[in-house]
Amino acid sequence: MKEIAIDVTGLTKSFGTRTVVHDLSLQVPKGEIYGFLGPNGSGKTTTLRMLCGLLTPDSGRGTCLGYDILTESDEIKRNVGYMTQRFSLYTDLSIRENLEFVARVYGVPDPRQAAREAIGRLGLSTRADQLAGELSGGWKQRLALGACILPQPKLLLLDEPTAGVDPKARREFWDEIHNLAAEGITVLVSTHYMDEAERCHEIAYIAFGELLAKGTAREVVDQSKLSTWIVSGADLHRLAAKLETCDGIDMVAPFGTELHVSGRNKRALDAAITAAKKADGAHRWTRGEPSLEDVFILLMDKPKENFA
Amino acid sequence: MSATTCNDIEGERRDPGFLRRTWAMVVKEFVQMRRDRMTFATMIFVPVLQLTLFGYAINTDPKHMPAVVLTRDSGPLTRAVLAALENTDYFDFKEQVRDPEEMDRLIRSGKVQFGIEIPASFERDVRRGDRPAILVIADATDPVSTGTAISAVQGVVDTALRRELRGPDAEVKSTPAPFEVTLQRRYNPEGITQYNIVPGLLGVVLTMTMMMFTALAVTREIERGTMESLLSMPIKPIEIMIGKIAPFVLIGFVQMTIIISAAHFVFGVPILGSVTLLVALSTLFAASNLAVGYTFSTVAQNQLQAVQMTFFFFLPNFLLSGFAFPFRGMPHWAQAIGEVLPLTHFIRIVRGIMLKGNGFADMQVDAAALLIFMVVAMGLALLRFRKTLD
Ligand SMILES: Nc1ncnc2c1ncn2[C@@H]1O[C@H](COP(=O)(O)OP(=O)(O)O)[C@@H](O)[C@H]1O
Ligand SMILES: [Mg+2]
Repeated sequence: MKEIAIDVTGLTKSFGTRTVVHDLSLQVPKGEIYGFLGPNGSGKTTTLRMLCGLLTPDSGRGTCLGYDILTESDEIKRNVGYMTQRFSLYTDLSIRENLEFVARVYGVPDPRQAAREAIGRLGLSTRADQLAGELSGGWKQRLALGACILPQPKLLLLDEPTAGVDPKARREFWDEIHNLAAEGITVLVSTHYMDEAERCHEIAYIAFGELLAKGTAREVVDQSKLSTWIVSGADLHRLAAKLETCDGIDMVAPFGTELHVSGRNKRALDAAITAAKKADGAHRWTRGEPSLEDVFILLMDKPKENFA
Repeated sequence: MSATTCNDIEGERRDPGFLRRTWAMVVKEFVQMRRDRMTFATMIFVPVLQLTLFGYAINTDPKHMPAVVLTRDSGPLTRAVLAALENTDYFDFKEQVRDPEEMDRLIRSGKVQFGIEIPASFERDVRRGDRPAILVIADATDPVSTGTAISAVQGVVDTALRRELRGPDAEVKSTPAPFEVTLQRRYNPEGITQYNIVPGLLGVVLTMTMMMFTALAVTREIERGTMESLLSMPIKPIEIMIGKIAPFVLIGFVQMTIIISAAHFVFGVPILGSVTLLVALSTLFAASNLAVGYTFSTVAQNQLQAVQMTFFFFLPNFLLSGFAFPFRGMPHWAQAIGEVLPLTHFIRIVRGIMLKGNGFADMQVDAAALLIFMVVAMGLALLRFRKTLD
């Protein structure tokens, strides 16, 4: 059996009367990259904060690296690198000073040397004395990650590390995360980019504080029982409007020059498509695979209907 | 909450990382301090501004100042003199002392402001027309508060005696005055106001600047979002606190040097006591104000609130410590408040060391008050410090 790095059950957190995370359970195997997906405000940051001892859950329990999240947060802090969503290093300290500070706080034996090495790894040697606040978004993220891994944590909690970063920097960032995982570090990374979900070993999807699905990307798609047709051709916009009103079609989503038409009930969807095809000769209709995004959009719709 | 904090403190002694992490905080705070030009300007600007503003100040006429009497005579004339003095409302006779040493000690330690000695065979000498001398010793470190009282003594006593002597000895009345008043203004014989104001300024400037600096310490980290990172690291509240306070103790040193030098070389205030003791106790005072500021920053929701808190703490310190107005001239309730403010005790310490040449033994109580104040403030700060973002 795989070793478990994060094992929590029933985590619940409210602010005032609003429940922001509700009865969340999560198991993250050691050495995996675990994606934590969900729209803004769904409770990702709150969950990560509970995992590293920055917030106390109202109820629920569990462990991080074997340490109890309720009672052993000192140990957790020593072994977990938490990268905040908002840049939280000192903008009025230079890159070097920030890294030396982190190294000293974690008790790294030779802080100057450790900072120098980290700067080298980050490829920031020429800008080591630049103020952290002057860096561009992408470099800030890299610096923040560098600061997180400097004390050699066993677990990384990364909160939307690639938000607002250009695609090239994002790709490099993910390569780095895969390298870290290869070294045996467990990574729990929150994101709302769907393409990044595909780069994770496993994912969990959270919306409105509820964990709605988890597993590998494949498993999540299969669990959804979603069927999809792909339509291509001219004037998709008008067609989409028409299809949305049909019974059996739960979701119509444009993907570039194609339209993804999906439904939870395969039989009902096929019937609707057959009818639509008959009335329309101008488009090409093919049976397709639902994408992760289709699944998530649908998952997100569900609780909305429930709570409406 | 309090239990965990105590455990934390105990844990520090065994934890070898304590110094290293605290040092990390110190280095970081220093760099940030250097980078903040505004703060740097304030550190120099505030003392200079206050020196100019308050170097020349304030006039009042305090009453009911504590005094002791040393009477070596006990006739009706002596009683009449004492009653007359008490009737002026300037003096509040605390007790009778037995010997001059005790009187000196009470005046030096600041417990009383006046000592009045009525010589032996005072009554007989008056009746004989030998013009005996009543000795009035005044603690003139604060010349404003003693000035009017001193000038009142001669006239009041004279009137009292004449009333008492009416009758068989009526012819004594005709002479100019049947006695002399010998006046000793101790510690500031020329009654120079600056001797009083400038040492007090040391305390006022330290109070204001020290508190301002640490009052923003925690709120700033929260507002900039850096607290989230800091709290996720293995650093303890006490390490953060000491790391944030320590650099400013050094700033306090710089301010002390500026003000003490200016007091001595520009305003000519003597330094009779030990400079080392003065600096040591000033450092204690600076640290207790830094602790207060830090406590505010753990309570305040944002930087503005923290600044407001320091202002509201500063105001009573300024007004009720004996700096702005003579301490003994204030109503009793104000004196009671003044007694629990650190500036009150510090002003006594500074005036004591600079003007009276006091040693540590004379200032024990005031030094202990500062220490208690600091420890309580730090304890509160550790209790209030939010270790999570809840
Ligand atoms: N300290 C807080 N006080 C009150 N509400 C909060 C607090 N932190 C987060 N929230 C609310 O909880 C919800 C979930 O927030 P968050 O965990 O940051 O979501 P995500 O990271 O997925 O965007 C949001 O609606 C947010 O406004
Ligand atoms: Mg978030």
